[in-house]
Amino acid sequence: MPKDHGIGASTKRREDVRFLTGKGRYTDDININGQAYAWFVRSDVAHGTLNGVDTADAAAMPGVLRIFTGADFEAVGGIPCGWQVTDRKGEVMLEPRHPVLAHGKVRHVGDPIAVVVAETLEQARDAAEAVVPDITELEPVLDMKAAVQGGPLVHDEIGSNLCYDWGFVEENKEAVDAAIKGAHHVTTLELVNNRLIANPMEPRVAVGDYAQHDDSSTLYTTSQNPHVIRLLMGAFVLGIPEHKLRVVAPDVGGGFGTKIFHYAEEAFVTFAAKELKRAVKWTATRSEAFISDAHGRDHVTKIELALDADGHFLALRTDTYANMGAYLSTFAPSVPTWLHGTLMAGNYKTPLIYVNVKAVFTNTVPVDAYRGAGRPEATFQLERVIDKAAREMGVDPIELRRKNFITEFPYATPVAVEYDTGDYHATMDKLLEIADVAGFDARLAKSKANGKLRGLGMNCYIEACGIAPSNLVGQLGARAGLYESATVRVNATGGLVVMTGSHSHGQGHETSFPQVIAEMIGIDENMVEIVHGDTANTPMGMGTYGSRSLAVGGSAMVRATEKIIAKAKKIAAHILEASDADIELKDGSFTVAGTDKSLAWGDVCLAAYVPHNYPLADLEPGLEETAFYDPANFTYPSGAYACEVEVDPETGKVTIERFAAADDFGNIVNPMIVDGQVHGGIAQGIGQALMEGASYDEAGQLVSGSYMDYTMPRADDLPFYTVDHSCQTPCTHNPLGVKGCGEAGAIGSPPSVVNAVVDALQRAGHTNVTHIDMPLSPARVWAAMQG
Amino acid sequence: MSNVTMKVNGKPVSGDVEGRTLLVDFLRGPLGLTGTHVGCDTSQCGACVVHVNGEAVKACAMFALEAEGAEVRTIEGMAEADGSLGTIQAAFQEHHGLQCGFCTPGMVMSAAALLKDNPKPSEAEIREYLEGNICRCTGYHNIVKAILAASGQDVPAIAAE
Ligand code: FES
Ligand code: FES
Repeated sequence: MPKDHGIGASTKRREDVRFLTGKGRYTDDININGQAYAWFVRSDVAHGTLNGVDTADAAAMPGVLRIFTGADFEAVGGIPCGWQVTDRKGEVMLEPRHPVLAHGKVRHVGDPIAVVVAETLEQARDAAEAVVPDITELEPVLDMKAAVQGGPLVHDEIGSNLCYDWGFVEENKEAVDAAIKGAHHVTTLELVNNRLIANPMEPRVAVGDYAQHDDSSTLYTTSQNPHVIRLLMGAFVLGIPEHKLRVVAPDVGGGFGTKIFHYAEEAFVTFAAKELKRAVKWTATRSEAFISDAHGRDHVTKIELALDADGHFLALRTDTYANMGAYLSTFAPSVPTWLHGTLMAGNYKTPLIYVNVKAVFTNTVPVDAYRGAGRPEATFQLERVIDKAAREMGVDPIELRRKNFITEFPYATPVAVEYDTGDYHATMDKLLEIADVAGFDARLAKSKANGKLRGLGMNCYIEACGIAPSNLVGQLGARAGLYESATVRVNATGGLVVMTGSHSHGQGHETSFPQVIAEMIGIDENMVEIVHGDTANTPMGMGTYGSRSLAVGGSAMVRATEKIIAKAKKIAAHILEASDADIELKDGSFTVAGTDKSLAWGDVCLAAYVPHNYPLADLEPGLEETAFYDPANFTYPSGAYACEVEVDPETGKVTIERFAAADDFGNIVNPMIVDGQVHGGIAQGIGQALMEGASYDEAGQLVSGSYMDYTMPRADDLPFYTVDHSCQTPCTHNPLGVKGCGEAGAIGSPPSVVNAVVDALQRAGHTNVTHIDMPLSPARVWAAMQG
Repeated sequence: MSNVTMKVNGKPVSGDVEGRTLLVDFLRGPLGLTGTHVGCDTSQCGACVVHVNGEAVKACAMFALEAEGAEVRTIEGMAEADGSLGTIQAAFQEHHGLQCGFCTPGMVMSAAALLKDNPKPSEAEIREYLEGNICRCTGYHNIVKAILAASGQDVPAIAAE
């Protein structure tokens, strides 16, 4: 019987009620008395010298309060980068200034040049059309290889477009080169991990407010991590101390990474509200989101896998060019390095690995983390090259994987991480069952009879979630800690409020977090309320990304609750006149072991706040505890995915016929929510594989700048998915044994889709087709079939 | 500025709007009905779907003045009289058909329009009908399930197919 409450139950989401009745409170729903409206004037050229901005006519237009330009921001800091990578030679990366508003130069289409603030949105928009930037166009640099081979400089002052040249593990390089040279077989694959745009359905919004009575600023913003924004913006950009700055991220309509980062618009509205002494609101249009939200992926990679005659992996070498865009977004430098290189072992015992990454500036929108962030890029190249190797060596791709699986844990990889648990054969076995691989031939015959090609693609993945511990990531260049916090406040009548540093923008924390506490204490889930997203009433937290909420934030909440329970037991022991070691908490009541003496949860809570019969000499009144949890290690979810496609030989159109995912997420708190996370990730992964691609023309114009050109997966592009997470090897180092599930779908699915299409074409006799770059549009697949 | 009068969720409302004011901005702004969302500026995402005289309409693709005299229904008008969730809303909660909730009002309004015309749609018909509603969170799996369930069809049997 599935559980109906507590850990493991598919509790229905309480937050749904407000979302389903139109009562959600998203940032754009917030309107402050007397607010003014901001409209950004953005560069429409990719690269140019900004000689000046003529604002005279615009300033005279109705309703205009003020027009801001780069000159207004010279005295404040630039937008900071949160991660400093050190290169192969021990030098720190090049880190150009990232001004709030462009000054001297524009570096990508969408670079903000000026902002009109007016009484109404319409007036701001009208006046913005009268702002005239004086730009001398320069030749843009878009291709990464050209950029580092003497192309035009994006940032003249740093003298190079090469942000860093990173080698990992540098000491392994010679041994890897030698192993590849002497190997029985080497499979080489060159591929592109296509540039994507996260496209949460809610565009970014920022509302700045300023209170004159106490000189404090408030920013309402569509963010995944309000504390991080407060720290970066307050300390590095505007110079506002944190006690004078509140950041609120209320209901947020999806994030997928692109709402982690600190953006210029947030600093702008906060600054302008203080200057104008009134609230200032900015709401992105979707067109604006396309050219101002950080993009994702955009790697060009060559990977080589060396094998012995029996198919054992001997060595792996990869060379990647990673696009940074025009400026370093908050976590951009970490994505192709520490979130990518460390995952190159995958699920396999490859003894020698060397990863080289060149991060490059180009005249494009900044690129940063998007669902999976570095891990999809690692998984894609590895799982594609293994498929290609199997084909070249004439062996079954699943058997080749199985032969090289890591089977003993803990396992230290040659790329500096230690997997605590996993069972890769188990997820593969489960996959073969749920994907009905045995029935493939019959389905293939049916497709053939219908004039369609059919293919089956499979792959494994490993993920690293809850990046940690802080002291280690500090050594790797992180300029932030990676703990999480929770304050658990028990009220006098027994209800609890949990103030978490995690942030929900669709993940359902308001439902799943109470399940954990309810289980620990033995009370009803509805007695627990979750507060998140407001720096004024939550402890310093790092927010939600990298599938970290339950593994790190949930662990902090468990630790705080453990403290609560320990104290509550002392109170109960005093009242029951027993020793606290003899007190047991079960089903919401405290009993003295071996007796029938008991006290209800609510009675102890009341005693904590009405401490009449209370050990005041030894114990403070009250029942409120805070914990900061800094994990000892990453968690390592893993799994195996299978995709079946049909390809129309006339048009090259690919349809996803079946998709199955067998994941190991360790312990599960809410299976319904976990299924949903996997579904959404798979859809984004299929989107990457078949449809999505941000594309620039030679002039640096984003030609996929709207939903008419950037293909978002729609309901009729996708099938029902078969997902399973019954294989569970619990994480050994966090108290819940959980691993994280938010990104798995997006990491695990692209290789199986491409493997399936290549398989379909190979089966149809197109034996020269060993790879097609994503997105596998009909045009690309058709071209591949032509030879 | 011109005056516009319409009925929204059964209540007569009126206001002064510019000729270029979109219906969605009138609902969200002066009327404070922020349940209807704006997800794009090319009329493609469907976050703004409402019913105008019983038909599903993208409120970002219609001027407020065009709704003069119309009966408009928004997500705020979809619950039962006693405030409990309506059938489609309840099915979305039951089947986890929403995550961040941003596309949800539009999805529910589109689903309601579909079921009015086609009370027992097939999976394929649902997917095709939702062509104008983008969801970035759910991968549509549970949205399709929720709509099947709201139409009284056997969800596990169809979804297992
Ligand atoms: S807002 Fe996107 S279709 Fe109306
Ligand atoms: S639930 Fe987030 S976009 Fe659909």
